[in-house]
Amino acid sequence: MYLEIITPDKKVFEGEVTSATFPGIDGGFQVLNDHAPLISLLKEGTVEYKSKEANSKIAITGGVVEVLKNKVVLLADGVA
Amino acid sequence: MPSLKEVKSRITSVISTQQITKAMKMVAAAKLRKSQDRIMQMRPFAKKMNALLQNLSSAETDGQAWYSHVREEKKILIIAITSDRGLCGAFNSSIFKATQRLVEEKYAEQAKLGNVTYLPLGKKAFEYFEKRKAKSIDQYWQLFHNLSFEEVAEIGEHVMSAFQKGEFDKVEIVYNEFKNVATQILRTEQFLPILPPTENHSADGQTQIDYIYQPNQQEILSGLIPKSLKVQLYKAVLDSNAAENGARMTAMDKATDNAGELLKELKLTYNRTRQAAITKEILEIVAGAEALKSA
Repeated sequence: MYLEIITPDKKVFEGEVTSATFPGIDGGFQVLNDHAPLISLLKEGTVEYKSKEANSKIAITGGVVEVLKNKVVLLADGVA
Repeated sequence: MPSLKEVKSRITSVISTQQITKAMKMVAAAKLRKSQDRIMQMRPFAKKMNALLQNLSSAETDGQAWYSHVREEKKILIIAITSDRGLCGAFNSSIFKATQRLVEEKYAEQAKLGNVTYLPLGKKAFEYFEKRKAKSIDQYWQLFHNLSFEEVAEIGEHVMSAFQKGEFDKVEIVYNEFKNVATQILRTEQFLPILPPTENHSADGQTQIDYIYQPNQQEILSGLIPKSLKVQLYKAVLDSNAAENGARMTAMDKATDNAGELLKELKLTYNRTRQAAITKEILEIVAGAEALKSA
C-alpha cells in the first residue's frame, strides 16, 4: 500500500510500504494491505512503517490518518 | 541647460540607485523561490485536509458546534496580513484600502460603535493601525521574523478562543493570494464562523464511502476543525509572504528599467552639453583668430 506523511511545512515520507503502525487516540493500531476505509485521530507518539528495504520510525505530535483503497494519508501536525 | 558637472553627478546617483534596485530584485527573487516552495508544499496538505472534511461533513452538527455558531454581527475582528518591509509596489496599500472598504461597506455601524478590532500581521499593518489609533491586537505582528506553523497556530488558537468566548462574532482575513510572480489576488475570507461546506460533490456519482471512525465522526470533526482553521490561516500567511516577494521583485524590476531609461536620457543631455561646450570653444578660437587677422 502507499503511504504519505505530510506536515504543513513539508512532505516527510511518500512511498510503498507493507505495514504501518499509528498512535491512535484510543490506542495504537496497525494497518496492513487491503485495510478497510478508516479515519482516525492520532495522539502524540511514533509512527512505524515497514517497506521492503527498511523499517523506519517517525515521531509525530498528533494528527489524523485516512486509509482508503490501499492509500494511507497521514496529516501530521508536526514531526519531532 | 544644466552644467556638465550637475548632469554628471546626477548620472552617478542614478547608476547607484539602479545598482541597489537590481540587488533588491535579486534578493527578492531568491526569497520568492523559498516562499514559493513553502506554499507549494503547503497546498497538498490543505487540499487533503479539505477533502477529509468533505468526507466527514455528512456528520454536520447543524450549527450547534461553537465554530459554526452564527451570531448577530456586533463585534468584528479583521486580520490584515501585510509585509514587514516596503518597496513592493502597491502590495501593502491595497490591503489597507481593502480593509477600509470592507469596514465602510459591511461594518460601518459596528465601526461607529468602536466594535471593529484589527489583528495586524506584518510590520506595515501594525504601523498603519497604530497611526490611526485603531483598536488592535498587537502582540503577533512580528511573526514574519520567524515564520513557522507553530507560530501561526498560536495566533489561530488565540482567535478561536476569543471567538468562543464571544469577544468577536465574526472574523475576516484580508490578504494577498499568490497567483504567480507578477499577479497577486486580493482576498477577503471569512474565517469564523465557518461557512457550511458547499454541496457540489454529491452529483458526481461518488457513493459515500463507509469509513470506520475512530473514536467517532463527531469527535474527529471537532478535533479536525481547529486544525483546518489553523491550516487556513497558515496558508493565508504563506500566500501573502510569497505574494510579497513576487510584488517586490516586479516592483524592483520596473524600478531598474526606469532607472535605465532615465540614464539614457541623462547621457543624451550630458553629451549634448559637452558638444555645445566644445562648439562654443571652437567658435571662440576661430573668432579670436579672425580678429587677429583683420587687425
